[in-house]
Amino acid sequence: MTLPESMRPTRRHVLDLDDFTRHEIETVLDTAIGMKEILSREIAQVPTLRGVSVVNMFYEESTRTRISFELAAKALSANVVNFTARGSSVEKGESLLDTMRTLQALGADILVLRHSYAGTAHLLAQHFRGAIINAGDGSHAHPTQALLDLFTLRDKLGTLERRHIVIVGDILHSRVARSNLWGLTTMGAHITLCAPPTLLGNEQFWLDTWPDLRIVYSLEAALQDADAVIVLRLQRERQEAGLLPSLREYAQFFALTSARLQAAHAGMLVLHPGPMNEGIEIAPDVAISAQSVIEEQVTNGVAVRMALLYHLALHLRRKGA
Amino acid sequence: MSAIASEKEILNGDEIRRAITRIAHEIAERNEGVQQVVLVGIRRRGVPLANRIAAVLSDVEGVQVPVGELDITLYRDDLTLRADVPLVRTTRIDTNVTDRVVILVDDVLYTGRTVRAALDAIVDLGRPARIQLAVLVDRGHRELPIRADFVGKNVPTSRDEVVEVHLSEVDAGEDRVLIAHPPR
Repeated sequence: MTLPESMRPTRRHVLDLDDFTRHEIETVLDTAIGMKEILSREIAQVPTLRGVSVVNMFYEESTRTRISFELAAKALSANVVNFTARGSSVEKGESLLDTMRTLQALGADILVLRHSYAGTAHLLAQHFRGAIINAGDGSHAHPTQALLDLFTLRDKLGTLERRHIVIVGDILHSRVARSNLWGLTTMGAHITLCAPPTLLGNEQFWLDTWPDLRIVYSLEAALQDADAVIVLRLQRERQEAGLLPSLREYAQFFALTSARLQAAHAGMLVLHPGPMNEGIEIAPDVAISAQSVIEEQVTNGVAVRMALLYHLALHLRRKGA
Repeated sequence: MSAIASEKEILNGDEIRRAITRIAHEIAERNEGVQQVVLVGIRRRGVPLANRIAAVLSDVEGVQVPVGELDITLYRDDLTLRADVPLVRTTRIDTNVTDRVVILVDDVLYTGRTVRAALDAIVDLGRPARIQLAVLVDRGHRELPIRADFVGKNVPTSRDEVVEVHLSEVDAGEDRVLIAHPPR
């Protein structure tokens, strides 16, 4: 009997994309193609992860990421428990590590953590016996969002090698931008960042970390020759913090409008991690235009998370066996 | 390969071609034509075999039988026993299998565990009228109550021997089936 070609797994956690090799990213994306086929079936479920327990630990609000992880785990027949800080012992003062130890004692194999503080996923990874998946920690990292962006871009563009991707918006506070910078760079894409200076911060920091980056302050100029643009969500709090004169002024210079879309290269793809502020960073007609792949990003997110759960869970199981 | 002491050819290219032709005829005979038949190759080498059977059926019966590709990775029963995590590939079956005659096609039938996984995978896609199994080589040593309906060649083997199927679509070189004996 011939066995399929395979990948040697050494990975236990998914905390960011900075420690992913190109081969590893490609393995995840290739696995996700098979997972996407399962999701298209009438009965979108396979028995692969029966008996594996996944706990979604969400300390920050989220609709799509939490539901996406829940659907991914269920499509693989894992057991899923949703934990939200509200209504739990966290309100009685239980610490993050205590909560983690309790979930560990209850038999959790994989913890999916969303937290408003950067570094919380790394902290749990130092103490948890199973696997940790970072579902967004502060302004730091959101690796599963970046992987689903890579999947969507590769699917549409054929490859990421030498493709020109623009990231526009609140780069300074964006975990989506950071994880995408690691992932896109590893996959050989060319990246341009575009933001008001107050939402970019120190230019040198970005260039020191990713020397091949381009930083452009005009969206029209940034979009020239772009194969795709990732539009980031603008948090309304940024204006209250004094980083923006007004949301209207931001929209005037940095919103992806249909005029700016038409001025760009005809096939340019539009991505947005959601939830969108329509009329602020993106015009409503752009969000549902033929070039928008925002809905596909959501569907692809489930497939990519299934691929990660599959690899991490089998690795854990084998170690335990 | 250095660990293998000797190899013996048990089927050459012509013999493989004749075996496939005979299997195609048997499929048409058993099912009174092939109007209801869907061929489903189990990845990887079942897929080119299914395509070759479909080509014969197209010549002989004048019917284009649909061919699908089945990946059984997510249904394996040894996922946690292996040293590596197997790659998941895509299942592609464009025809609804419900009420059709599904013929699973694979290169070698051995323990029967791959076929068990394939049966589970197919049943998740619909409710076929019948499922039949075609294999190029049956080497014995079943661990489950599974048998093939169409067999290219029955080959008695010992468990420590390896049956290697080479098909030009996926392997370099010519079509042939080898049996490799371990060093003594």
